Amino acid sequence: MTTTVAAPPTAAPVATPKVRRGWTQHGMVFVAPFLLIYVAFLVWPTLLGFQMSLSSVNIAGRNNNFVGFDNYLEAFGDPRMWRSLWNTVVFTVLSTIPLVFLGLVFALLVHNLRFMQWLWRLSFFGPFLLPSAVVSILWLQMIYPPDYGLINGTLGTDVLWLGDPSVAMWSMVLTTVWWTVGFNFLLYLAALQSIPHHLYEAAAIDGASAWDKLRSITLPLLGRTTMLIVVLQLVASLKVFDQIYLMTGGGPQDSTRPIIEYAYDVGFTGYRTGYASAVSYILFALIVIVSLAQLRLFRKREEVAS
Amino acid sequence: MHGPPDITRRHLLGGSLALLGAAATGCAIPVGLGSSQTRVQYWHFLGASDGIIMNQMVQAFAKDTPDIFVEENVLAWGEPYYTKIAMAGSGGRSPDLATFHLARLAGIGAGAILDPIDVKLLEEAGLRAADFSPPIWERAHLDGVLYAIPFDAHPMVQYYNTDICGKAGLLGPDGKLLPTKGVDELVAQLTKAKEVMGGKPPLAFDALGLGTVGPWRVWWSLYPQSGGTLLSEDGTKITIDDAKALEALRLMQRLGQEGLCDWRTDYGASVAKFTNGEAAFLWNGDWETTGLKERKTPFSMTRFPAVFGTGSAQADCHAFVLPHQRNRDPEVERATYRFIAYLVKNSADWAVAGHVPAYLPALEQPEYLALQPQSEYRSVITEVALDPQVWYTGSASRLWIEFGEAFSPVIGGTRTPEEGLAAAKAALARLMAAPNPFPAEERS
Repeated sequence: MTTTVAAPPTAAPVATPKVRRGWTQHGMVFVAPFLLIYVAFLVWPTLLGFQMSLSSVNIAGRNNNFVGFDNYLEAFGDPRMWRSLWNTVVFTVLSTIPLVFLGLVFALLVHNLRFMQWLWRLSFFGPFLLPSAVVSILWLQMIYPPDYGLINGTLGTDVLWLGDPSVAMWSMVLTTVWWTVGFNFLLYLAALQSIPHHLYEAAAIDGASAWDKLRSITLPLLGRTTMLIVVLQLVASLKVFDQIYLMTGGGPQDSTRPIIEYAYDVGFTGYRTGYASAVSYILFALIVIVSLAQLRLFRKREEVAS
Repeated sequence: MHGPPDITRRHLLGGSLALLGAAATGCAIPVGLGSSQTRVQYWHFLGASDGIIMNQMVQAFAKDTPDIFVEENVLAWGEPYYTKIAMAGSGGRSPDLATFHLARLAGIGAGAILDPIDVKLLEEAGLRAADFSPPIWERAHLDGVLYAIPFDAHPMVQYYNTDICGKAGLLGPDGKLLPTKGVDELVAQLTKAKEVMGGKPPLAFDALGLGTVGPWRVWWSLYPQSGGTLLSEDGTKITIDDAKALEALRLMQRLGQEGLCDWRTDYGASVAKFTNGEAAFLWNGDWETTGLKERKTPFSMTRFPAVFGTGSAQADCHAFVLPHQRNRDPEVERATYRFIAYLVKNSADWAVAGHVPAYLPALEQPEYLALQPQSEYRSVITEVALDPQVWYTGSASRLWIEFGEAFSPVIGGTRTPEEGLAAAKAALARLMAAPNPFPAEERS
């Protein structure tokens, strides 16, 4: 690490203040409290968790024997681990696409509406304010029940929204999109409002159509926001747990169980903390891979753009 | 149309349920704790209609014993409950007393998460081994150490609507349901009920839904009737008899596919349907009695039908345990035993909730024998099908949920009985292969 400091832009040659090396120079004193918390609550538990994943420790902290990579070997040979990991990936893909796309569409709609904007904003953003338990009860008890639920009742259909393994994941995606699209919508709306108006005026003078404006001005200028939303959305979707745990418990027939719930299941209801740690580290690895891939992808795009 | 389903024992939306329970009983906060009182913290999962009875018993104890204050905490039944017990017990700062299912004993890490029962203190409080049903008392031990005090056995029973069954001509001259034997008689009975109900499915049970264990309960009632077993005595081998297991599954599929049972009802809906007279029969545990009486459903109960031989029925037992505490206050401990002894000795009151007492003297008390319909099915106690004693069994255990998941689509008709059995066997093999998180040598 370099420790050179830029010379103060002073006119008169005053005596350079004695540079105290080490702690104070980097503001370490100020950063230290944060660093301490960071180490105590993030770095140390991360290491501890990895150590646990190499042991057979149970929820009572007993049976703490070093087993090497046995837990990982077991996890790699565990069809339910793979199934839940696959479910997580499927959910991430199925939810991210509509969440980004619909967020944009709704934002464009609301941005161009000239009356009662507050109502549309509230309508799209409102669900996001609800806690996951409320959302889950709402959909579980009022919208999805096969015999008296809102959807089957309205459409006259007979679908087991949460009871049919081929439908349940789509139902979870639908609920999630309804619940969380408001956040992306808001980010897009803010970005839309920051596009300078004169660009559109100039384009209008040049005879650009609404479609031209959208394609050549709006969408390119929303590029950075889109990147941000995709990054946030991928991480959020990979970490899905609440609504699935509360609404299907991972069923039917394991068709919706995400990997976080699998870690919870084996750790907290199966009492195998060591094995659950190993499963968690597999998810950790997945998130690191996805993040690195995104970083590379976006760096390339940035280079192309500049 | 029926309203939203009743509060059930098994909704995992635990926070709200626990709050509801606490609000309903009004005793989550130690409002009545006087300075001279000893406080006993008591956790239980009795949130169905048996929770009302438990609350009455706690209040009766308070009246009887003013020097002890019992702080009752009602938590959501099922996996979350056992997770909480495990977490509290592993931390060593757990409640003084908790209810428990005996079948979970082998899996919870007795010794690490539960403390052994002090037999001396128990005797001091007035309870002896000889007071309990021997096989149940035996099940409260692990490696010869007592870890639980049995309270009751709660088998699967058959609730029936006396109005509908009367109209269908299914009642005897004494007004009780005519017993059936074998598949044909059962199907004939259900068909008659179906006719008077205008073709609606006459039978309801927890067939579908979030973490459903209903299909397991029904199957584990039917299959052992023909002598079927799950595991070898030592729990190391699968001993499922395919032919017998499939016979039971085929019946379950037939009931669903011929419109004799509603395969789309979850726990709450099945109880709601029976409560509202939209089902003539309900197959469930015995704990819904109080609620049905309160809502004035015209009903009675009998043993689970004998279909494949004996009349055995799936069952588990409620028990009391002492979750592990690092420093147990001897005074609180003594008060805890007094409270347990009070509950157990007043088992006849508890039987009002539907359960069959494990305390033998209670079974002979005239109060108990006079209980209707509770004493109608007490003979099942010698034929209960209990879980194998391995670490992954018991109420809301992995085994129950896995088997429920495997068999639910069989009733719904999207899986053949053969596929359902294969799925269940695969799940069982997986559970057997996974290492026991609480190996016996860790118990000390």
